[in-house]
Amino acid sequence: MTDMLLNVTGLSAVSDREGGLPVLRDVSLSLKKGEVRGLVGESGAGKSTIAKAILSILPRTVRVTGGWINFKNRDLLAMKPQELRSIMGSEIALIPQDPQTALNPGRRIGAQLADGLRLKRGMSAKAAEARALQLLADVQIRDPDRVMASFPHQLSGGMRQRVLIAAAFAVDPELVVADEPTTALDVTVQKEILRLIRRMQEAHGTGVLFVTHDLGIVAQICDSVTLLYAGKVIEEGPVRSVLENPQHAYTRALIAAGPRYDRPDAGLEPVPEEILHALRQEIGIR
Amino acid sequence: MIAISILNRLIMAAVTLFGVALIVFVLLRVVPGDPIAMMIAPGASPADILALRARYGLDLSLPAQFGVWLQAVVIGDFGTSISLRRDVLELLLGRLPATLELAFAALVVAVLIGGAVAVIGTLSRRTPLEPAIDATNGVLLAVPDFVWALALVLLLGVLFPIFPLSGRIDPTLSIDFATPFYLAESLVRLRFDIFLDIAAHMVMPVLALALPLATVITRILKEALLEAMVQDYVLLARLKGMSEVRLVLQEALRNAIGPALSLTGVQFTFLVGGTVIVERIFSYPGIGNMAIDAVINRDLPLIQGLVLVFGAIFIVINLGVDLLAAALNPRLRHG
Ligand SMILES: Nc1ncnc2c1ncn2[C@@H]1O[C@H](COP(=O)(O)OP(=O)(O)OP(=O)(O)O)[C@@H](O)[C@H]1O
Ligand SMILES: [Mg+2]
Repeated sequence: MTDMLLNVTGLSAVSDREGGLPVLRDVSLSLKKGEVRGLVGESGAGKSTIAKAILSILPRTVRVTGGWINFKNRDLLAMKPQELRSIMGSEIALIPQDPQTALNPGRRIGAQLADGLRLKRGMSAKAAEARALQLLADVQIRDPDRVMASFPHQLSGGMRQRVLIAAAFAVDPELVVADEPTTALDVTVQKEILRLIRRMQEAHGTGVLFVTHDLGIVAQICDSVTLLYAGKVIEEGPVRSVLENPQHAYTRALIAAGPRYDRPDAGLEPVPEEILHALRQEIGIR
Repeated sequence: MIAISILNRLIMAAVTLFGVALIVFVLLRVVPGDPIAMMIAPGASPADILALRARYGLDLSLPAQFGVWLQAVVIGDFGTSISLRRDVLELLLGRLPATLELAFAALVVAVLIGGAVAVIGTLSRRTPLEPAIDATNGVLLAVPDFVWALALVLLLGVLFPIFPLSGRIDPTLSIDFATPFYLAESLVRLRFDIFLDIAAHMVMPVLALALPLATVITRILKEALLEAMVQDYVLLARLKGMSEVRLVLQEALRNAIGPALSLTGVQFTFLVGGTVIVERIFSYPGIGNMAIDAVINRDLPLIQGLVLVFGAIFIVINLGVDLLAAALNPRLRHG
């Protein structure tokens, strides 16, 4: 139990925007130190809601109605804002989905990279700059000096995502939440970024909660996986056993319909309607 | 590339000014009212009137009058004011600096007030202060400059007579100005007594001009700030522990200024237009005040000169806004 990093237990939430509709139904998942867990599901399944709950950035219109989020054996949901502020961006970091909007268009990359180091690690401007250069080299950016002095629009999407990965790992967090970090990128760049995240994660011994809707990506970089449908955990376990020996008909249909997981470059295909119907009955929707 | 676009702007500016000049020239001559009738002594003979008309070129056909006027303007001769009997260009150059100082001061005040309220409104979102600010600003948006002027006269001129009600400078103060930019010059020459006197004279007209612009800036800038505040980069910066004040000032503001800028530019041209009535109310000796006299006296050469000056100011403002937008946009600044 000592190597347990994150333990979400019985987490339930409703959307006030959709008239109190449940968006998370008794979700449990766990993450060990240094583990990469995939969080998979179709659009609207509640993946981002879980990620946001962990980062305590849930929109006001989403209400948690039960459960715990234990990070290193302390419940994040019960913490004071002050305590949360000291953990977020420091022990827990985020790699966002869209590198287009996640960097401030009006500030240089170097300054944005230095923010976390200065605010969370109390570094001087000079020390932060030196560290930022090192970080850019770590994420395999060839001319870190130029990138430091660049504005976001001068970099490609892949480069921007590298910068954001560098920023996330800069503070040496124990948990990185990556919400679809490659969805906005081309397929070829996607693979590089996935490899990079895996490498950074291994080098730092970081636990990663990797949100995606692509089982192929799960096969490529995750150790374990949790599959969601309509806010409910359908199946979970080590990647190999879930993908090679799925227990639930929905999981089997996803694997059959989607790409072979040794060819991780296509998205999910539709699942037969009768399986979805049975699934909804099981969960108790409508 | 840049040279071509500048050349383009200059040509456009010339065409615009020509169009404005032509329209005003024709309008002034088709509406009723005769400048000569305003200046003749009672009992002047018809011959005297004819002589006067000929002296100001008013006996020619309309196109010929325009041609004569335009030819002279091109070489910098704006003619002679009929009512003041002085060179129009000299009159304009003498009065323009007063208006420029007034308008520029009003712009600065409007940006400071409007910007501060927008930032406070953004910081206070989801508190009761925000709807209070929005509602107040929404009402004040509808108050025009001359109403502000009258309210200020009542408040700061009559009820609490703190500031001088009229003029630009206390006439008993002695300083020989080398330029017509009194405010700037007194500051540069470190004559703070003079500077403060001029500034005190400007308080009310500046506020009257600035407040309508400030309300517009508040509304536009706050909207742009709120939009920027929900962007992912603000979320990430917040996660990194940045304070709300820094989030607004460092992360959001620089991206919100761009969208707010062009509308502010348009509103600033309205402000310059507002100097006409506001300078009148406070007897401030600028070109706006002069414009009213010129119209009352049907002083055609002076009106035409004033119109060209206002037109040129509008063009310069628009150019300035575009240049500033380019300077603030990293995409345009850094390839
Ligand atoms: N701001 C919000 N306020 C209220 N409800 C929301 C909000 N954002 C999302 N929801 C609801 O929460 C549910 C889950 O959304 P969520 O964003 O977690 O899905 P997701 O699995 O991340 O999907 P995607 O793959 O499209 O990102 C959806 O039904 C959605 O309507
Ligand atoms: Mg999502």
